[in-house]
Amino acid sequence: MIGENGPFSLSGKKILITGASSGIGRSCAIECSKLGAALIITGRNSERLEETMAMLSGYGHLFKALDLNDGDATSGFISDISNLDGVVYCAGIQKTCPSKLIQRADIEAVFETNFFSIANINSLLLKKKKLNKGASIVFISSTAAGIVAESGNAVYSASKGAITSFAKVLALELSHQKIRVNCILPAMVKTPLLETISVDKEQLELDEKRYPFGYGSPEDVAYAVIYLLSHAAKWVTGTNLLLDGGLTLR
Amino acid sequence: MELQDFVKKFADQFDNTDPEEITASTRYQELEEWSSLTILVVITFVTTEYGKAVTGAELRSCETVEDLYNLIATK
Repeated sequence: MIGENGPFSLSGKKILITGASSGIGRSCAIECSKLGAALIITGRNSERLEETMAMLSGYGHLFKALDLNDGDATSGFISDISNLDGVVYCAGIQKTCPSKLIQRADIEAVFETNFFSIANINSLLLKKKKLNKGASIVFISSTAAGIVAESGNAVYSASKGAITSFAKVLALELSHQKIRVNCILPAMVKTPLLETISVDKEQLELDEKRYPFGYGSPEDVAYAVIYLLSHAAKWVTGTNLLLDGGLTLR
Repeated sequence: MELQDFVKKFADQFDNTDPEEITASTRYQELEEWSSLTILVVITFVTTEYGKAVTGAELRSCETVEDLYNLIATK
C-alpha cells in the first residue's frame, strides 16, 4: 500500500513545501521524502532549512532560503523552478491578542504571512504555468478557521478563514486542469509555534485534556498531507480535512 | 512607570469591574471578572504599554496590583 507503486506513493512527484524550516512544514518534508517525492523546500531561516535537508530521505531535493513576503525574490524563485506535481503551504505565524487590543500592524503581519504571501506565490505558480496536470495543492489551515473559537485568536482565525475560503474557489478554478486543491484543518499540534501561543504550561496541559486523543504531532498532519498529495486522493478536491484528535466531537 | 498611573491603566483593562474598586492593594485574582481572557488582556496590555513580557504564571504568582507593578518594574 505504501510502497513504491502503492496508491500513497509520491515516487516521481516534484513537490514544493513552504515553511519547511520547522514544525509541520519540516515534518511534511521528511515524511514526503520517505515516500519518494523530490522536494523543493523553502523557509526564512537557511540554517534550519539545511537541518531539514539533512533529515530527508532519497535524492534530488533542493532548498531555498526565502521570505515569501518578499514579492520580487519569490517571483524570481518561482521562475527558476521546474514544474511541480504538488504544493504544500505550511508557512504561517500566530499572534495571540484579545480583540480589543489588536493593532493594525499585528493584523497586517499575520495576514501578510498567512494569507497575502500565499495567495501571491500561488498566483505566480499558475501564471508561470508551473503546475502539472493532476497536481495537488494542500493548504495548512486550522480549526481556528471558523470551527473552534479560542480567546485571543481572532486575527489568526481570520487569516486561516481567508485561506480556507480562497482554497475553495481555487479548487473550482483549477478543476478543468485536473489540479486538486484541499485544506487541512488541524487543531493544536505540538510544534515550536505552540510555544509562541502558550500563555503558560499549566494552561496548555489543561487545554490538552479537552482532546480525547491529546494534541497532534507534526507527523499526524504530514500523513494527511501525503494522502492529499497522492494518487489515493485523486477524487478529492475542495475539501477541508479536520484533524482534531476528537476535540470537536462535542 | 509610576504606581498610581499603573493602577489606573490596569483597572481600565476590565470591562465589568468598577475602576474605583481596583487599588494598589486589590487582590486582582479574586475579582469576579478575572479569567483566562483577562490574563490575556493584561499580558497584551503590559507588552504594548511597557514593552515588557509577563507570563500567565507570573500573573498568578502575584497577589496585589502593587505586586504586579513591582514585578514589571524590575523587568
